Parts: sequence; C-alpha cells; structure tokens
Amino acid sequence: MSVEATVTPEEAPPVMAGDDTPPILAVEGLAKQYGGRIGCADVGFRLWPGEVLGIVGESGSGKTTVLNCAAGRLAPTAGRVLYSAADGATHDVHAIAETDRRRLMRTDWAFVHQHARDGLRMGVSAGANVGEPLMALGARHYGRIRTAAGDWLTRTEIDADRIDDRPTTFSGGMQQRLQVARALVAEPRLVFMDEPTGGLDVSVQARLLDLLRGLVTELGLAAVIVTHDLAVARLLSHRLLVMRRGRVVETGLTDQVLDDPQHPYTQLLVASVLQP
Amino acid sequence: MNIPAAMVEPAGGRDDTYNFAYLDEQTKRMIRRALLKAVAVPGYQVPFAGREMPMPYGWGTGGVQVTAAILKADDVLKVIDQGADDTTNAVSIRKFFRRTAGVATTERTEAANVIQTRHRIPETPLRAGQILVYQVPIPEPLRFLEPRETETRRMHAHADYGLMHVKLYEDIARHGHIATTYAYPVKVAGRYVMDPSPTPKFDNPKMSECPALQLFGAGREKRIYAIPPFTTVESLDFEDHSFTVQRWDRPCALCGARDSFLDEVVTDDRGGRMFVCSDTDYCARRRDAGHGPEEEEA
Amino acid sequence: MYVAVKGGERAIENAHGLLAEDRRGDTEVPELTPDQIREQMKLAVDRVMTEGSLYDRELAALALKQARGDQIEAIFLLRAYRTTLPRFAASRPVDTGAMVVERRVSATFKDLPGGQILGPTFDYTHRLIDHDLAAPHRPRPCAEAAPVDEAMPRVLDLLACEGLIEPADPADPAAPDPPDASGAADREDGQPADITREPPRFPAGRDARLQTLARGDEGFLLALAYSSQRGYGRTHPFAGEIRLGTVPVCIAPEELGFEIEIGEIELTECQMVNQFTGGADRAPCFTRGYGLAFGHGERKAMSMALVDRSLRADAFEETRDAPVQDEEFVLSHCDNVQATGFVEHLKLPHYVDFQSELELLRRLRREHDARNGPDDKAEAAE
Repeated sequence: MSVEATVTPEEAPPVMAGDDTPPILAVEGLAKQYGGRIGCADVGFRLWPGEVLGIVGESGSGKTTVLNCAAGRLAPTAGRVLYSAADGATHDVHAIAETDRRRLMRTDWAFVHQHARDGLRMGVSAGANVGEPLMALGARHYGRIRTAAGDWLTRTEIDADRIDDRPTTFSGGMQQRLQVARALVAEPRLVFMDEPTGGLDVSVQARLLDLLRGLVTELGLAAVIVTHDLAVARLLSHRLLVMRRGRVVETGLTDQVLDDPQHPYTQLLVASVLQP
Repeated sequence: MNIPAAMVEPAGGRDDTYNFAYLDEQTKRMIRRALLKAVAVPGYQVPFAGREMPMPYGWGTGGVQVTAAILKADDVLKVIDQGADDTTNAVSIRKFFRRTAGVATTERTEAANVIQTRHRIPETPLRAGQILVYQVPIPEPLRFLEPRETETRRMHAHADYGLMHVKLYEDIARHGHIATTYAYPVKVAGRYVMDPSPTPKFDNPKMSECPALQLFGAGREKRIYAIPPFTTVESLDFEDHSFTVQRWDRPCALCGARDSFLDEVVTDDRGGRMFVCSDTDYCARRRDAGHGPEEEEA
Repeated sequence: MYVAVKGGERAIENAHGLLAEDRRGDTEVPELTPDQIREQMKLAVDRVMTEGSLYDRELAALALKQARGDQIEAIFLLRAYRTTLPRFAASRPVDTGAMVVERRVSATFKDLPGGQILGPTFDYTHRLIDHDLAAPHRPRPCAEAAPVDEAMPRVLDLLACEGLIEPADPADPAAPDPPDASGAADREDGQPADITREPPRFPAGRDARLQTLARGDEGFLLALAYSSQRGYGRTHPFAGEIRLGTVPVCIAPEELGFEIEIGEIELTECQMVNQFTGGADRAPCFTRGYGLAFGHGERKAMSMALVDRSLRADAFEETRDAPVQDEEFVLSHCDNVQATGFVEHLKLPHYVDFQSELELLRRLRREHDARNGPDDKAEAAE
C-alpha cells in the first residue's frame, strides 16, 4: 500500500454558515460493500446550510455510491448519515423508520438524476410532474397546484404553454430542466444531484449549469453534486471531495483543489482536462 | 320492522351433501379471522387464503366466500347484480346459497340482513344490523398506476398517496373535470385509500357513515377489506374541483324517481331511449306505492 | 309499455338444458364413457390432473366428459371439487430417484448408468395423419422391452458428486438461494408453503413458486420458456434429464411413527442444467431448474424447469429484465382458472359502469362542442 496524501481531518471552514450553525448533513465513516467489492470506504464529510459540495472522480470511483448512501437511497455497510432538520432535530438517516426517511425525502430533500427518465413520470403531463411533490405533501387545490407548476416551468425556462404536454415530447435539455423544477417545487433544504449535466450537448449543458447556479444561490440550497466533469464542479461547488477507488483522496475549497492539487491522482485528474 | 311474509322466500331445501354454505368450518374460521382484522383496520386489504369455488374467478368468488363465512341458518339473503335481483349472475348466486345453505331469500332490501352485491349499493338506505357484501374484481386502487404488489403495499404502508391525485390532476387538465365515473377511489377513516369496487361514483356517498357493516371480498386477488358501521369515507378530490355524483335530467320512466341511478334502455333502432331505475326492488316498491311516470312537461 | 327484462332464472335453466343436449351430440353416435377417455385420451387426463392439482384419473376423465373436452373447464371442475376434500395427511416427499422408469432421456450424456430409455413418445414419429386410426384398430404387439436397469441414478446427482452443480437441498450451506428462499423458514411450523391454504406473498419462496408453476397453465409456461430461449432472459439450458415412471407415495401418521405406502403415482420430472459463470466469491458451476407434472407431461415439466431457473435470477445476481424473470408477473398470471374467470367475467353485465361512462362521454362531447363549435360533419350537413 503506497502512502497517500492524508485527508485533512478538520475540514475547511464552512463557506456560508455562521459560527455555531450545525452542519445540515454529516457523513461519518461511511462504507459500502457489494459482495467482495468495495463501493466506498472511510468516507466522511460535513455540509453546511447554503453550501454546495462537489464529489469528483472517474467512473467507478465510488462517488455515486456515496451520494446514494448520503441521500438515504442505499443502505451503507458501515457508518452513518446525520441530517439536522430545520427545527434543530437530528435524524440518523439509516437508523430511522422507513416511513420517516421517506417523509424526509418528500419534505426536506430532493434528488436530481443523471437521466431525466429516472426522475420524471414520462406518462403524465409536465404540470402533473411538477405538481406531484406538492400533492404528495397534501396540496389539494388544483388551481394553486397548477399555478405553482406553471411558475416553476417558467423559472426553469420552459414555456408555460407546455404545461399539459408529456415530457416525452421535450428535448433532453428541457426534460432535465423539468426534473429540476419537479425537484425544487416543494422547496427542499438539501438537494442531491447525480451528474445532472451528463448526456447533454455542451451548449445545453451550459444553459442548465447557469440555471442550477442561479437557483441554488437564489434559494440558498445546500447541495451535494456528483460529477466527473471538473468544469461543472468548478462552476457549481464551493468545496470538493476527490474520490478514487472508493476512498476520498483529497478535499478542500474548490479553487484550492483545482488550482493547487496536492494528491498525485488529483494532479493527474486536473492535468487531463484542457485548461481554458 | 314489519315485512310481509310473502316478500321472503322461506328457508329450507338445503342439499346436505355439502357443509352449510358450502365451505368447510376451518375455511370459514380463516375467513372470519381475516374479516375481523379488516374491520379492525378499516380500508386495509387483508390477504386471505381464498379457496377455489364452484363458480369462475371474476364472477363473485370473493363475495361468495365472505357471505358463506358470515351466513347463519336464520339469515335472510338478498343478491343483486347491477342493482337488480333478476340478472343471471344474481340468480345463480342466490340459487347457490339456497342449495348449500337453505337460507331464506328476498328481493326486499329492508327485509334482508345479508345483501351480496355486484356494482351497486341499494337505493333504500341500509340500517344497523345489515351487512352489505361487495364482490370485488381488483381490490387495489393504485393498481393501474403501479402494477407491482410489492410496491403498492409499500405505498399503503407509508400512506404515500400523491400518485392518486396525479391521476385526478391529469383528468382535470385534460377534460376540465375528474373523469373517473366508477371504482372512484375513497379514503377510509382518514387513513387507507380504498377501491369501492366498480360501483358507480353515484353510490360513493352512501358508503360514508353507513349504519350497516360493509365487507369486500376479492377471490382471485385473495384480499378482504371492510368499512365498519358509521365510518367516514371520503371520495378523493380537489378543493376547487370537488367530488360530484351523476345526475339525470329526467326521472325514472317507470316510477318517476329522481333520486336513483338510472339505466339507459335502448327501445328501438332509431335512437329511442328510456331511463329506468337500476335498483329493481326500489323501482317496484315505488310503483306499488302508487308512483308512476311523471307527466311530460309541456 | 316497456317491461324490464325478467326471467333470469328460466333462462339459466334453459341454458343448462341446451348444454346437456349439445354435450351429448348426435345420439346415433355411441356415448363416450369416462373409461374410454381415461384410457385413450391419457395425455388430456394427465394435464387436467396436473393443473387441477388432484391425482385422480377417474375424476379427471369424468371432468373432461362434462367439460366437452375443454381442458381449462375440466381443470376448473377438478379444482372446485378438490377444495371440498378433507385432508387426512401430508405425504412424505416422493423419491424420484427410486422411480420405476418407463422413459428416461438425457441430452447431456450419451450413455450413463441405467441407459437412455425412449419409452412411449411422439418424438421420432413422423407427424402424418394415420388414416388407419379412423377404423377400430389393434396395435401391433410390441417386442418385449428389455428389463429396465434397477439402478437408475438421477443425472444431476452424478454431476453433484463432482461438485459441478449447485446442491439440490436448499438447507445445504452451499446452496445459492438466500437462506429464506425456500419460504419454509418464514413459517412458524417450518413446513413448506401450501399455496392452496395461504395467500400469495411476494417475493415468494421457491417452494411456493414451484407449486404455483406446477399448477400453472402449460401454454403460458411454454411461451415464457420459449421467450427465455430466444433471448429474453437467457439461461443457457441443457435437458439434464427427463424421466417418466411411477413412484410410491408414503405417509407417516404420527400415531404410527413409521411410513406406510398408500399407493403409487405416475410422474414426469425434468431437471434442466444451466450455465453459471460464477461470482466474486463463488466458483463457476452448473445450476438447476426443476419441473414436475402428474402423469406424462413432458412439455409442461420442461417449460416449468426453464421458468423456474429464470425466476432464480436474484440467487445468481443476474439482471432481471425479461418477463420470464419477473416473479410477480409470472406467478400472478400463470393460473389458467384465475385467468379464464377474469377474462370471461367481461360477459357479465356491466350496465351501471357503462352507463356512468356513457354519461361522462356525452358530457365531454357537449363540452368539446361548446368549446370548438360543432364539428365539420355537422356543418357540412347544414
């Protein structure tokens, strides 16, 4: 085993939080094994309100496993995930009852998938897609649900006239923006994104990135975003976690990590990207 | 209550090569346990080991098993299909119980204490002490939104019912109003979303706060559920698109009733139509009491 | 004056009368006896017993007569009768290894202990209509069959000796199905499932799965098995062994404390051998698919074995994306008595539901016309 640059145990100070604000999400000693194969091991990080954390690494590095465990969608083999709700209560995400976990996912969190298909209902209209999270939370006024859906279509730069069209008639970029509208309509505090710009054309990517950056700032969201694209990471995240073979090899402020990488793997990763 | 004896076909004539009401006692006990659980958790679908019955699946095997499990020798049974006592399947099921249980039967809603039904709730208000047994083809209200049992059971467990409203939303977005006319989903006692069986939504309001016990049996799908007496049953809707029932712009052409569900009868091949009560007992009783077709309005 | 349709009762009686008349057909032709059906329509009787899940040749033959040859109707009759039967005892597991074999073929080994025995099979007949059978006919006496070797070990047991195939006993620690996969562990009494006495649960144990497949519709399982061969969930099967013969049925009444033989039944058993490439911590080995039918039912047993293996996708960490691998889909739809009842219930009146839909449709049309004006056709007519 080669000696690798150690991960700073005390993480960089929060970018946007006040002095004694607790982290909104704390991941401790997270590990996931798939049979004999390691998905991830020894992963820990904290996320403060209003902060965007990027997880980068090549495919197979374990970043999506970490994201799914952190988002309560995949049970880890070891470690825990603590979420502090707006009322100050802390929830051990994988220890609480499934009902409570699902409620958190509906009320406080949102997830944006790489493929819009996984995050949308392709068989119902755009309006129903955006309205569903509200209805799941008990909204029972059709007119208000529809107005909210229309607003969110506009905010995600989708023509409000398309409200009754199915997502199957949308372009890839529009489907992804629709997924963002569906994720944010119920005003979550924490958003998980898995390669949200993957599979889109470069120009379409740029538009989505601008949109995401604007919305995250405007709504003061905390977010964990997984990407293999360092440009995406630089644009969206305040802090970075670099993963390789299931482990975190480097962490720090985004600019710091990308401009002055310490770990040889990060150096390789940064060098392999054409600098602007 | 005074019921003229002539309205009830008296008990007797049981074929004793079969156990009383066909099912063996162990099976009846198993069904009764499921029924008790169903009554204790209103609207929850209790799995039960449905038996193979001598009538086809989809033709009332669930309702027949429930009726067989609750029937006593001194009960008076009424069987209806589409609201009528004389439709072939109702006749066939009534004959089955006359043969295997020898119980008294009737067409009078108020004379019966067990009423097995397919697709309707009688127009005559039910009273305490009566039991209405529904035949159910597909007990799962979420089935056409989510085909998997493993997933729908999870959705019920977490009361995760947003999807149900998505369907209603889509109806309004497309048609301007909710376009579900029968098997209209309801929420029972504020907890479980339930399929009322394919009764027209016209009958939904009768289910709520009903003094009678309502039992539902789905034989092929092996599920039993129940609405205990005086339980709140709400039809799902939106605040600004509230649940409404069907109305006809004319009365029954035979008895003049304006408050009953009307069947459309095609009278000729030139577009001739008439509308008559689907509940044959209700219609006949009204005519006996002197009601008749209303005068055509000028 | 309109009079509501009445007389359901008389209509039913008349229908029953017509049915009896049609069943008999031309009375100039001699009436068929259940004995004739039992002896000369053996494969039809066997299928009715298998899917009716009741081993009774006389009753199955009678059911076929009553059902006018309709197999599913006959299966239905047998099932409804079966429900009413008291249960005296549960048999001990039958040992197909000790079968008195009538036919036994293996596609995996040319020769093997006990040899290959063709037995009564259509396999190598030319499918030419034999006009001789139109007249009374006595088959040529068959050359005396060589006595069948006493020891006829099951082919898959031979592979098991070398550890080349997964263990057959789910309790074996090397068995790939998860510990609770037999389903028995879930039950308080530790006994195998009884699908006729318990509601279905998903995921089902392999015991409940095999029982459901054994009662499942031959045509449905055949089509699913075929789909797996054509690439919808490939399992690379070999017919390890198909054997047909009789086995004794034993019960062990508690008060006696020993086994007694109560009779014998004819069975067809098929064991498929399927590839498995191995996993992270498991050596490559062959895997099993199992099929069993009453009487002579090779098509059924083979189809069942293929479908059984496909449904075990999870145990071998195979992706489940084909219909044949989807447990809920296969098990919920393979019972032909359930399927036929529900499909045919559409014959029952749906007046009130249809009335509700009619009313809605008329309203939607009125609203549509009010929004868009009368349609083109109406305009043209004016």
